[in-house]
Amino acid sequence: MTVRKNQADLTADEKRRFVGAVLALKRDGRYDEFVRTHNGFIMSDTDTGERTGHRSPSFLPWHRRFLLDFERALQSVDPSVALPYWDWSTDRTVRASLWAPDFLGGTGRASDGRVTDGPFAAATGDWPISVRVDGRTFLRRSLGAGVRELPTRAEVESVLSMTAYDAMPYNSASDGFRNHLEGWRGVNLHNRVHVWVGGQMGTGVSPNDPVFWLHHAYVDKLWARWQRGHPDAGYVPAGGTPDVVDLNETMKPWNDVRPADLLDHTRFYTFDTLDR
Amino acid sequence: MPELTRRRALTTAAGLTTAAGLTTAAPAAALAAPAARAAEHHHGAPEPFDEVYKGRRIQGRPSDGGGAHHEHGGGYAVFVDGVELHVMRNADGTWISVVSHYAPVPTPRAAARAAVDELRGATLLPFPAN
Repeated sequence: MTVRKNQADLTADEKRRFVGAVLALKRDGRYDEFVRTHNGFIMSDTDTGERTGHRSPSFLPWHRRFLLDFERALQSVDPSVALPYWDWSTDRTVRASLWAPDFLGGTGRASDGRVTDGPFAAATGDWPISVRVDGRTFLRRSLGAGVRELPTRAEVESVLSMTAYDAMPYNSASDGFRNHLEGWRGVNLHNRVHVWVGGQMGTGVSPNDPVFWLHHAYVDKLWARWQRGHPDAGYVPAGGTPDVVDLNETMKPWNDVRPADLLDHTRFYTFDTLDR
Repeated sequence: MPELTRRRALTTAAGLTTAAGLTTAAPAAALAAPAARAAEHHHGAPEPFDEVYKGRRIQGRPSDGGGAHHEHGGGYAVFVDGVELHVMRNADGTWISVVSHYAPVPTPRAAARAAVDELRGATLLPFPAN
């Protein structure tokens, strides 16, 4: 069984294997297909129309399945690899080991945002940005520039305390746990982290930065923690909602998996701990 | 031209706030979002715009929703140096673009300016990407 660990607790060997598997997917072209898929959904999910990957109840199960696909691809390269998660409410500075040269590398240089160290720096030749929205082909970051602070533990807990999974109109205007975790309303958790990292992470092609997966693995863990805290609440809507994926409707692009199939993460993986 | 009125109001507000010795960023943001909602909520599309911002031409105009624009059905098109920038309107009237997707701003012009800031001189590629 796959166990997803806090990135801060990974051994040197675990970091090396994760990076190696990511680079292998990049080389064989599978990585960029994930970027392309994500951008397609980012551009087509709208508040007033069909919405599946973002700004909708299925934001959480959609990304759970998307991460499962990516993790399985990594494991096809190295079966020992699991997706680590980044608890940005704890490891909240540019000095976190996450950003060291033996893992993801650090922030971008001031002139053009280019990441200059670590395995994903353009100078390695191993990380061309191919699926992109502008002419720049190098990984960029501006850690802490777009917004100064990552969410705090208290802000996370305030969102975890919300009792309703989601609410009408099931989009970026909704009250409830999902939209507050996604960040379109309230203290802003998930969206704010994308902005804090900057560079490609602030764009529709955000999976170009490998931290995308560690960010979403933590968002996914927060869903699991919310479920444990609210055992009587569940995914909504339950049926008959235009443009929105109901509990038992299948999701694009897979068309063979429903939110109902993804509610219990322990069918697929466990976490090192759900206590924090 | 509600856009000009709003801008003038913002400039004035920022100046007053500065004179009062407070920071300008928070009040400007607080004013801007409701103003945008008020101006744009009742139908439709915001006003067109056409300006040079940081050396680049940014344009915005209502669109018919046809062509490449069907990705989001937004009814409004934004261009940077003639290349269309994918923009989207949120339910609360705020806007995002594909190069600044997780940070809503009050108007499509603000989204275009944010895109120019983010691009730092780089060429925008036509969407859908590649």
